[in-house]
This record gives sequence, structure tokens and C-alpha cells, in this order.
Amino acid sequence: MKVALIRFLQLSVFVSLIFILESLAPAQAQLSETVIASAPAPVAAPKRLVTLGGSVTEIVYALGAGHRVVATDQSSLYPVQATQLPSVGYYRRVPIEGVVAMRPDVVLASSHAGPPLALQQIQDLGISLELVSDEPNMPSLHNRIRQIAKVLNRQEAGEKLIDEVNQQVNAAHLMPVQSKSALLLVMRGGKLLGAGGNTTANVVIQQSGLHNVLTGIKSYQVITPEALSAAAPEVIIVTRSTVKALGGLDQVKLEPALRHTPAVKKGHVIVLDDLLAQGFGPRIGFAIQYIRQALANDE
Amino acid sequence: MSEWVVTMKRWRQHIPPTHLALLILAVLLLIALLTTVTQGAYDISLKSLFTGMLGRGRLDELSQNVLFDIRLPRMMLALIAGVALGVTGAAMQALFRNPLAEPGLVGLSAGASLGAVLAIVLTSGGLLIIGSSAFLGALVATYLAYMLGVRSHNVSGLLLAGIAINTIVFSLMGLMIVQASDAQLRDITFWNMGSLAGATWPVVGLLSPLVLIGVGLLISRWKVMNALLVGDRAAFHLGYNLKTVRWQLLTLVAFTAGPLVAVTGGIGFVGLVVPHLVRMVLGADHRWVLPASALAGALALVLSDSVARVVMAPAELPIGLVTSLVGGPFFIWLLLKGHAR
Repeated sequence: MKVALIRFLQLSVFVSLIFILESLAPAQAQLSETVIASAPAPVAAPKRLVTLGGSVTEIVYALGAGHRVVATDQSSLYPVQATQLPSVGYYRRVPIEGVVAMRPDVVLASSHAGPPLALQQIQDLGISLELVSDEPNMPSLHNRIRQIAKVLNRQEAGEKLIDEVNQQVNAAHLMPVQSKSALLLVMRGGKLLGAGGNTTANVVIQQSGLHNVLTGIKSYQVITPEALSAAAPEVIIVTRSTVKALGGLDQVKLEPALRHTPAVKKGHVIVLDDLLAQGFGPRIGFAIQYIRQALANDE
Repeated sequence: MSEWVVTMKRWRQHIPPTHLALLILAVLLLIALLTTVTQGAYDISLKSLFTGMLGRGRLDELSQNVLFDIRLPRMMLALIAGVALGVTGAAMQALFRNPLAEPGLVGLSAGASLGAVLAIVLTSGGLLIIGSSAFLGALVATYLAYMLGVRSHNVSGLLLAGIAINTIVFSLMGLMIVQASDAQLRDITFWNMGSLAGATWPVVGLLSPLVLIGVGLLISRWKVMNALLVGDRAAFHLGYNLKTVRWQLLTLVAFTAGPLVAVTGGIGFVGLVVPHLVRMVLGADHRWVLPASALAGALALVLSDSVARVVMAPAELPIGLVTSLVGGPFFIWLLLKGHAR
């Protein structure tokens, strides 16, 4: 047995060494952390665009360059024209050939797009790739709009869009709201999930002036009826698809898990469009206004 | 000497069916390679391919780069993966004397999955970390299963140990999955469905020697596998030390399929269905079953990859999905026809 173990270990070490040596070799298609476009960006406005990331697509359309987009990814659901374009699939796992087959002038990708190998290979093929900041906060949104506007050579339109977004957000903040405890629920796989502290939905809740009681959890987690009762939220935000899945707003209020929460008892249940709830894009101001307006109406 | 004469006589009359089958498989593989090289989201016609290769320069630079840097290494990976999966599947079926065996039975795929899940959830690493972790996981799980199973005198011990290891590994994976973020969950899902998208020449260059050596050694063990088929007692009386034999076969399978699964993720059904089909046509003699499984496995994967690249263009299907979608119903058909041996 000892002999077998030793032999096994020797074999494993040998094979692992090969792996390690391979990683040290300066192979041309290894992972590179900084995948900023190495080729100079074309000066004239690019004619064929591939956009990877829902927010990126939305901004390209908002800047008036939507007609230039030839393909998007699975998560690009707004505006509706984007859903009619060919899709390259999941933006964190783009197929190289699929993207190249669209013969884009520029690939505009969210910073979360991947895998890094595919992005590197796309660049190695001589296609211009621009990664844009894609975090759920306002500075990132401004950055994103500016970066995209620069690539499209529509800087003026970019500044205008930023001003519009700021105006909407400021107007939203001027609307009075009482800070209440809130949470956002989505239904997935027949279960109710709550949005945790590191989600985009969390930012939407907080920007609306509410307090997300689920900041302690990460991502979307299953919320048991007990946990919901313990959390006792005063406001519940649900997505439109959740309401549909449960069979209407009245059914939502009758859900055993939700029925006894202060939110349902006082009638503070807000239905929010799915994309607005889960993305931090140019319509963030609109989302916040919507929530505050709904709260004001309920008073 | 007389054996040769008999063989030559037979050759002159007709090529033995086994040789013919291997020849046909090799030719089919070549045809498949030639046709699928033109398939993909990116348009490259066969005609422009040949004129380009002949130096007439009809192929523009982008097409050339797509062909040589992206499509060809991917097809090579499909080839190697098919060979490895076919042969290791046949080897496992011989080891367990059971036509339902495949490398996943001893926890190899589950271990690789756990390694990958750990890498995806705990680190933000790329292909190298995930691959190494998957390989390590495959080895550890297989070795644990062996340690547990070797105490019993027949192979069912190994089977039961494999089941136990699989259960434990899946539970551990579940623990990781519960903590994973949305993006990590999707990464895990895609990893489990298998993909050849990570194929680059360095990766192919690294895998090929490992896999080819492993496959070569496995094929050279055809006599041992034939002996195992007859039963443990008979094999023992033929002079084989069963413990050593099982250890050798298992190690070869782990070191051949392990690195492969580490790179490609889980590709199911090829290791199960391909040796079956081969045995249907050629009988159970491993002298022919092993090389034929290698060729047939390569054929299956090259064709599946072509489908994966084209059917939803510009998006791609994970290859494990294609092999399962095709292999599953096909396997049911085999069972219904009663031909499964």
C-alpha cells in the first residue's frame, strides 16, 4: 500500500509539474488580467457593434447607435429591438467564433464579460475590444456612459445622457419618503428568493431611501417564511414576473409567507419591472422615482 | 509461422471484418474532420479553404486566423477527447465487467466537478486554476475510491466505494453551491455541461502527450481486459495478479481522463455508448474494441462539436449537452433493441 501511495504521489507530482511549467511558459493565449484593447480604437464611428452586457446594450441604444448593433448577448433585454438581434449566449462565456462571425468593428463588453481567454483571442484576431466598467453604482454608470460614448464618437450625446440620468435621480431624491425596512423578492424555481447586500437590487432599494433588511446575505438566497416574519419588512418589492408566477398581486398578498408581514398588512407591496429591479442602467432614476411614487401613493 | 500464412490467405480473400471496421472508422473520421473544419459560426467554405492552403491566398487573414488559431485546435481537442473518452470508457467496462461503467463510476467526474466548483467559488481564478483543481479532485476521488474498494476481493468493492465517494463529493459540491453567487452558479452549470471552448494550441500540446501515452498504455493492455471479462477466478489462473491489474487500469484511466475532464468539464455518454456500439459490431475482443472505441469516440466528439458550434450560431451549445441529447435517446434505443452487451 505504501508503495502504491508513493508511486501515486510521484505520478501526481510529475503531472502537476507539467501543468505548472506550462503556466510559466509565455504562451500566447494565456489569461491576461487586463484585457483593455491593445489595438487603437478606430477614429470614425464604428459601423458594426457587438455588445456584451444588458446595461452596455441599453446605453448604446440610448446614445442613438442602436442601429449599428449586429449581435448582443442573452442578458440584453432592453430595448425590445435588442432581443430581436442574434445572441451570442451568456456574456460571461462568449464563443469566440460566434462573436467573430458577426464581423464586428468593435466589441463593447461589460467588465464582467468572459472568459478572459476568449476575449484575449478576439483581440488577437485583430478585433477591437472595449471593456467598460459595470458595477452597480453611480460613478460606474457615468464611467460606462462616457466610455461607450467615446468609442462611438458620440461624446456630446454621452454627456447629455449623463445629465438626463442625474436629473432623474435628483428629482427622485427630492420626492419625500419615509425610511422604511424593505426587501426585494423574486421567484425562481418555485421558491421566493430575497436580494442580498451585494446585488444590484440592493442599490435600487437604498437609492429609493429604503433600508434593505437582507444586507446580511449575499446574492439571492431562499427566504423561509420564518425569516420573512422575523424580518418584518414594511415594504415588499416584487418583480413583475414574480407576480405573474404567483398568479396576480392579490395572490401575492395571500401568500402564507407574506400574508402576515407589515408590508402586506399595510398594503405596501410594489411591483417593479424585472429589468429595472436587477440592472443598474440609464433608467435607474426612473426606477427610483417609480418606487417613491408608489410609496407616496400608498400613504 | 503458420499463423501468418493463414492470416495472409484470409487477407487475400477478404479483409477480416475487424480490420475493415477499423479502416472504415478511420476513413469516416477523416471525412468528418474535413467536413467539420468548414462548420462553425464563422463562414469558411471548403473551396476557399483548399485554395487558401495551396497558397493562392484566397483566404483572408481573419479567416486564416480563425481557422488555425481557433477552429483547428478545437477540433484537435475534440479528437483527443474522443479518443480518451472512448478508450477509458471501454477500459472501465472491462474493469467492472459491466457495460454500464464509465470513468464517473469511481468518482472521477464527481471529483473533477468538486475541484472545479471549489476553484470557481473560492477563487476568482481562470482556466488554469479550475483545470488544476479539477484534475486534483479527479485524482483524489479516484484514489480514495480505490483505497476503500481494494479491501474487498472482487470489483464490487470498488463499485460501492465509488458510489460512496460520489455521494460525499456531491454533498460537498452542494455546500459550495449554496454559497455561490449568481454568476458563479452559471459558471458551475456551464462547467458541468462541458465545453471545448478552452482549446488553444498550448492546451492541445499539453494534453496530447498525456492522453496519447495513457491511451496507448491502455490499448496495450487488451489481453488483461480480455482476461478480466472471463471472470476473476479465470483471470487469476491465467496468471494475473488482480490487485495489481485493477490498480494499473484505474491509474491509467485516472491519468488519461483526469487531465481531459479538467480542461473540458463533464462530457457524458461518450464513454458509455461508444464502447457499446463498438462491441455490437466487433464483438467483445478488446484487441479490436479498444482501438475502435478510440476512433469511434473521436468521430462522435468531432461531429458533436460541429453540431454544438453550428446549431445555435452565433451562440454555442456546451458539448456535454449535445452528447447527452444524442447519446441518451440512442442508448435507450439500444436497450430496447436488446443489443446492449
